[in-house]
Amino acid sequence: MGVNIFEFILLALRAAIPAGTPLLYGTLGEVYAERSGVLNLGVEGMMIMGAVSGFAVAHTTGNVWFGILTAALVGGLLALIHAFACITLRVNQVVSGLALTMLGLGISGMMGKRYVGQPLAARLQPIHIPGLSDLPVIGELLFRFDILVYIGILLVPLLWFLLYKTRLGITLRSVGENPAAADALGVNVAFVRYAAVVFGGMMAGVGGAYLSVSYAPAWIEGMTAGAGWIVIALTIFAIWDPRRALLGAYLFGGVRVLQYRLQPLGISPNLLNMLPFLLTILVLWISSGEAARRHIGAPAALMTPYSREER
Amino acid sequence: MMPEDGVVVRMKGIVKRFPGVVANAGVDLEVRRGEVHALLGENGAGKTTLMNILYGIYHPDEGEIWVNGKRVTIRSPQDAIRLGIGMIHQQFRLVQTHTVVENIILGLKEAFFFPDRPARRRILELSEHYGMKIDPEARIWQLSAGEQQRVEILKVLYRGANILILDEPTSMLTPAETHDLLRTLRRMAKQGQTVIFITHKLEEVIEVSDRVTVMRQGKVAATLNTSETNPRQLAQLMVGRDVLFRLEKKPIQPGEVVLDVSGLNVLNDKGLPAVCDLALQVRAGQILGVAGVSGNGQRELVEAIAGLRPVVGGRIAVNGRDVTRLLPRARIESGIGFVPGERWMALVPSMSVAENLILKNYVRSPIGRGIWLDRRAIAVYADALINQFAILTPDRHTPLKKLSGGNIQRALLAREMSEKPSLLIVAQPTSGLDVGATETIWQMLLAERERGTAILLISDDLKEVLSLSDRVAVIFEGQIMGEFLAEQADLEQISLMMAGALRLSDANVVGEAA
Repeated sequence: MGVNIFEFILLALRAAIPAGTPLLYGTLGEVYAERSGVLNLGVEGMMIMGAVSGFAVAHTTGNVWFGILTAALVGGLLALIHAFACITLRVNQVVSGLALTMLGLGISGMMGKRYVGQPLAARLQPIHIPGLSDLPVIGELLFRFDILVYIGILLVPLLWFLLYKTRLGITLRSVGENPAAADALGVNVAFVRYAAVVFGGMMAGVGGAYLSVSYAPAWIEGMTAGAGWIVIALTIFAIWDPRRALLGAYLFGGVRVLQYRLQPLGISPNLLNMLPFLLTILVLWISSGEAARRHIGAPAALMTPYSREER
Repeated sequence: MMPEDGVVVRMKGIVKRFPGVVANAGVDLEVRRGEVHALLGENGAGKTTLMNILYGIYHPDEGEIWVNGKRVTIRSPQDAIRLGIGMIHQQFRLVQTHTVVENIILGLKEAFFFPDRPARRRILELSEHYGMKIDPEARIWQLSAGEQQRVEILKVLYRGANILILDEPTSMLTPAETHDLLRTLRRMAKQGQTVIFITHKLEEVIEVSDRVTVMRQGKVAATLNTSETNPRQLAQLMVGRDVLFRLEKKPIQPGEVVLDVSGLNVLNDKGLPAVCDLALQVRAGQILGVAGVSGNGQRELVEAIAGLRPVVGGRIAVNGRDVTRLLPRARIESGIGFVPGERWMALVPSMSVAENLILKNYVRSPIGRGIWLDRRAIAVYADALINQFAILTPDRHTPLKKLSGGNIQRALLAREMSEKPSLLIVAQPTSGLDVGATETIWQMLLAERERGTAILLISDDLKEVLSLSDRVAVIFEGQIMGEFLAEQADLEQISLMMAGALRLSDANVVGEAA
């Protein structure tokens, strides 16, 4: 029995980690964007555009890395539109983000028509880590993922360190908390925000590409299935901290897998589809209370455009 | 490269226009090395605009700036910092959730990794050198206003500034913190720093400055040596006419008890006791002033009386009727008017003056008719109040936020007084207002007192409490430390009570007015 539970946990992780990886990329990017004070509700659109363009390029060129690079560029480009609207034109961030999500879903459906049902010749292979991957049971279950999974994990401490222990991080966080303070000390608020938003878009693009070139690997219309929205919620759950983003992403990855595992047991698929979103509400409810207790919360200037001469 | 006359900053013929206003209309300013130079003027006189120009936040439409004898163009705060100019704004520009170190090193091009480590030592050195105690690891939200200001000053010093501009630095401080700050500024000047000090408070000018430049309506009224002037002359220069320093207060025989609070217990936002077994009474035609250091339960007290905060224990009665459990609307109906300390708590910035004026009585005729509002009745009502209370506004349709602070406050008082309340609760009525506006607000309150209204006045400004009130109560940690007639006030006793070091026993309380 004990062994069974141990195996069950490993199996769950084995499934949850890849399923959570797109969420992890998206959330890490959104954490940075929101830390700079810009809410990006276009994550869903950027992820799906990343998925379709990544698949298309990988399929055409036969090189997965070209696909992933393209996905990052496409996500970044969409985010650039968002940045221009929110930072330069100072329009409502919610409206701009929603528009991009709808745009992304629409365009990806159109562009992806010819790739539906196509197999992908080139795909990411699980990498072999000497030593770890050879361990019995654990090695097979936990150390046979492809490189994007590991890059995602390595990004967590890296982005955390950048955010809290470097000049760059202090600047980014200050811009999101009090842009006037940063501006008064010579920080280029607009530039920092542009950079953070574009970085967020690129991460979302890569997250989407992971779905289509590695996880599936195939192009299915609407394949992100709300992952971008879960990213928005996870960013709050993470209290804008990359370390908690990892926890949240894998937790939700697990729930997404659970959906498919429970379906054969006769539970209504409609009910199961609701599972991630029910959990989202629960998690937001819990984390908002915790954030209040720990005196931290959303970056104070989140969703507030900044202009120097307006007071 | 110091010019002979020791002038470090010279601004010549500065003109700055904003849409619809000329904020600076040809201003000349000279500041000498090692002096504390006060820049005095009412709100809107153009002091802050002038300094924002010197700091590179605004660009002058005309005029020249010379720093250390050289003609300069200051395009941004970075340029100003490079010239050794640092500015401490009235609203602190600090990141609340960050530590002191993080705030100070923001924007600097020092160590990329762990930039806080070398900075910490430097900050401690500076704070010791100028006698400003600070914990570099503390987070800003944990600090008092005075400490936050020290962080702002350190931020500027850390960047090597030798010309410091402070915009209304004492507006957020307690008297003790103000005292500390002024001492620090003197110490800095003695060590060769140049300090430009924007203020509208005359006593601070006299106390701390070497010279003073008085501004009025975007122009310089005069530059004087502080030792050769006096508050009366400065006030005249500032306002352009004689200011009333002594209030004409008619003696009034207080009437019936209007507000009767007994055994009141109220909690603060954190759920801790803020008001403890508090009792007070206010009579018709009487102003009871509550003095105290801010944060000693004043806010919770007025909110409890106005019905915005639940009462844990005790009783609040107005005109003999128990209102302790009534909703705010019911309290308004029973004759309570409320002017909260935070003005925008009771007003809607983007709504028009007229709409703000009817916020309390729009449900009743003649303004409210069923589900409709009577536009003509609103116009008549609003224009009447605008005239009666001399609210300076282009018209009644102007969004309230476009008015000056004094006129916004006047509109709020107008609304509350127009209901002819029997009890008026007024918190911080003149905070942030200049001398002229303060004077008219005080006159409005005194007129209301003569009408026979009972007024409960809460203010952090001790001078205001003493000049307006008939009786004064001192509050400390949610308790009344003593109550006495205003004319028998003893400043030393009051400070002791404000600090919690003295409590008049009930026997000592001076009896009801003779």
